[in-house]
Amino acid sequence: MSWFFGKLTLDALPHEWFTIAGTAALFLGGLSAVALVTYYKRWRWLWRDWLTSTDPKKIGIMYIVVASLMLFRGGLDALMIWLQQSLSVGNSHGYLSPNHFQQIFTAHGSIMIFFVTMGFLFGLMNYIMPIQIGARDVAFPLLNTLSFWLYVAGAALINLFFVFGGQFAATGWLAIPPLSELAYSPGVGVDYWIWSLQISGLGSLLSGINFLVTILKMRAPGMTLMKMPMFVWTSLCSMVLVLSAFPILAIALLLLSLDRMFGMHFFTAGGGGNPMLYVSLIWTWGHPEVYILMLPSFGIYSEIVATFSQKRLFGYKSMIGAAVGITLLSGLVWLHHFFTMGAGADVNAFFGIMTMVIAIPTGVQVFNWLATMYRGRIIFGSVMHWFIGFVFTFTLGGMAGVLMGIPGVDFEVHNTLFLVAHFHTMVIGGALFGIFAGITYWFPKVTGFRLNERLGKYAFWSWIIGFFVSFLPLYILGFMGATRRLDHYDASTGWQGLFIVAACGIVIIGFGAALQILQIIVSIKQRKENVDATGDPWNGRTLEWSISSPPPVYNFAVIPKITSRDAFWEMKQSQEQPAAKYEDIVMPKNTAAGIYLSGFALLFGFAMVWHILWLILASIIGAVVCLIVRSFDEDTEYVIPAAEVAKIEARRNHRG
Amino acid sequence: MSYRRRKLPKLKPGEITVDKHDSNEKTIFGFWVYLMTDLLMFAALFATYAVLRSNTFGGPAQRDIFNGLLVLAETIILLTSSFTTGLGMLALARQDKNKVVMWFGTTFILGLSFLVLEISEFWHLIVEGNSFQRSAFLSSFFTLVGTHGLHIVFGLVWMIILLIRVNSRGLTPGNIRKLTSLSLFWHFLDIVWIFIFTIVYLLGAAR
Repeated sequence: MSWFFGKLTLDALPHEWFTIAGTAALFLGGLSAVALVTYYKRWRWLWRDWLTSTDPKKIGIMYIVVASLMLFRGGLDALMIWLQQSLSVGNSHGYLSPNHFQQIFTAHGSIMIFFVTMGFLFGLMNYIMPIQIGARDVAFPLLNTLSFWLYVAGAALINLFFVFGGQFAATGWLAIPPLSELAYSPGVGVDYWIWSLQISGLGSLLSGINFLVTILKMRAPGMTLMKMPMFVWTSLCSMVLVLSAFPILAIALLLLSLDRMFGMHFFTAGGGGNPMLYVSLIWTWGHPEVYILMLPSFGIYSEIVATFSQKRLFGYKSMIGAAVGITLLSGLVWLHHFFTMGAGADVNAFFGIMTMVIAIPTGVQVFNWLATMYRGRIIFGSVMHWFIGFVFTFTLGGMAGVLMGIPGVDFEVHNTLFLVAHFHTMVIGGALFGIFAGITYWFPKVTGFRLNERLGKYAFWSWIIGFFVSFLPLYILGFMGATRRLDHYDASTGWQGLFIVAACGIVIIGFGAALQILQIIVSIKQRKENVDATGDPWNGRTLEWSISSPPPVYNFAVIPKITSRDAFWEMKQSQEQPAAKYEDIVMPKNTAAGIYLSGFALLFGFAMVWHILWLILASIIGAVVCLIVRSFDEDTEYVIPAAEVAKIEARRNHRG
Repeated sequence: MSYRRRKLPKLKPGEITVDKHDSNEKTIFGFWVYLMTDLLMFAALFATYAVLRSNTFGGPAQRDIFNGLLVLAETIILLTSSFTTGLGMLALARQDKNKVVMWFGTTFILGLSFLVLEISEFWHLIVEGNSFQRSAFLSSFFTLVGTHGLHIVFGLVWMIILLIRVNSRGLTPGNIRKLTSLSLFWHFLDIVWIFIFTIVYLLGAAR
């Protein structure tokens, strides 16, 4: 039977407490979702209005829903890591085996980067970016659903190890060889890691192409590059980085899988392989990836600070210069992740200086934001809370980063909790706070009502206090010599107290996350009180606020003519009403091709993990047939007649 | 489509996108962006090859497995196929369906013969015990050249499907767009091959 199941045997089915629990959670969650949809007879609605939709607004919302689920999963991992670290000292060895602990921190890192932060950012970009440039859609609607479903397939595969195999990679989130080679990681964990990243990475790459072409080719007439909103600019920079970095990730993962599957010798300890090559390749992707995550958040902050200071963004051009500068510099610093690998003093010095130089454009941005607030009429709501919290944490984390950019210092703190504290400061305080700020800011655009302000502020304070309680101890522990990924340490180190404080921090963060869920529930209940009928609840400046909330499927009944930056602000000042002369609108039809293709991608990934040859071939053939069938279908668009547009617009304006 | 029989103005070689429709321009631009990402993948593979080429681990080096005649034949065939693609695109600009099918058909046959030669090269190496498992150098050699070969396979499958489409539906805007993308793809593979020919084969044989 081995031809049918490959390496998959009965032993692979769940038989440890955590795989049984994980499997049960997956099944119960899935079953209850199916039951709910069936009970409310929503299958048709779900399939037609959501899953097969090519509307970037709906795809954006689906991205955010999946990313939220993955945030829950990754947060649970974080809780387990800290619980182990505060218990496992001296004679006590905690509640996790070392191997299991290693799997958890590997999963935590991979999930938080690939499936949480990336998911949220692509979600916000899908929803907001096309509207901000005055477009009705993205350049390639089918590719957009495919990107989303590949992301979902990757997310599914990274959770599938609970059911089949029972082990994830125990290698750290970048699976550095030779540890990740077959000789030292003989199980399927690393393969799950490789293929879930490869599949979702392909989705990111396709999104990169799609959004780049959208921004460069589909802007409303008159919107020159230097009139684009900041979020569009930083998205553009981020997509340029996606396009230049993700191909290298694809190759690094490919070569590692060739080593593992076909006995090649790229990164093996023997056979002439060179493990350091992998480190270099993966960080050539990995460092730009950091800025892929950060740049869109910079754009969100720029939108927010201008809107809530009721002022033009200070230093728009220098802001763009800074974003482009970060984009270029981010490709020149990857070696600072492995100063200790022995590249020599000259090379280390070059990369150390380039690393510190990045502080200049980021500093320019921070000062521009502060200068925008200066003498502005600031509305200090929950959105601005996230922004101020970001400035504070980000500056702190940035200084820690500059410090570590000095090779000599890096030799001291390399691989310690100081580093862990630094990049969590950047990713949580920088990227994630930006995402939360963006969600709060654009929520009324998506739903037509505002989020509850009071609960939003409580959530913010829980998050930021929890964050500092969690991570300040890690900075101190790092200086005391605590290395990262410790599953056990000696009592004489005196570290336990700080580890316990850090574990308390995540409880506070969890409380903040619970408040956010409560905030959404309460806001839906009170939607009548927080309703926004104007489509412009914050007195906004950019085009997304010029249309009704939630926007119609075609976004703009009449494509606006752009004459200046802050286009909507200018329209409001000049009181100019766009002439309401409607034309037929061509929109892309729904398609399930993205779902089918991603289904085959998921099967392919699964078959590669378990070496099931027939399934590998079948899924490739299935995907190719799917592509061919789709390519013969040229009827992919439908027309909304002008009369229908007039009717929809009248209804919307009447309500407002 | 109305312009199928229309007499078109004479086009310069770079101007083969007959349909100036908006979505066409976007697709071709998007395809260029895709090609650049693919080029980066090859760049990473070339870098890998450059790092590992001397790690022969007691096995053969490039000069020991160099078969000049075979590589020359492969190169000439692939360059010729690029030329026939160009002739096909000129026929497309003239809206001459039969010539389009003929030239792309020729390209297909040339591409297939290239593939046969490459597979036989790989086969001989494996039979002689110099497979991709032998050393890091051979791993990187097989992967770099093989990735190019896989692209050729993909291009050939694409070409067959397009030829069927052109035969059944004629030179529709969709088909013109797809043929334009395919020709870009094929030229791209040709350029990558020039680098493989120079860096892997010629430089390898020289030392």
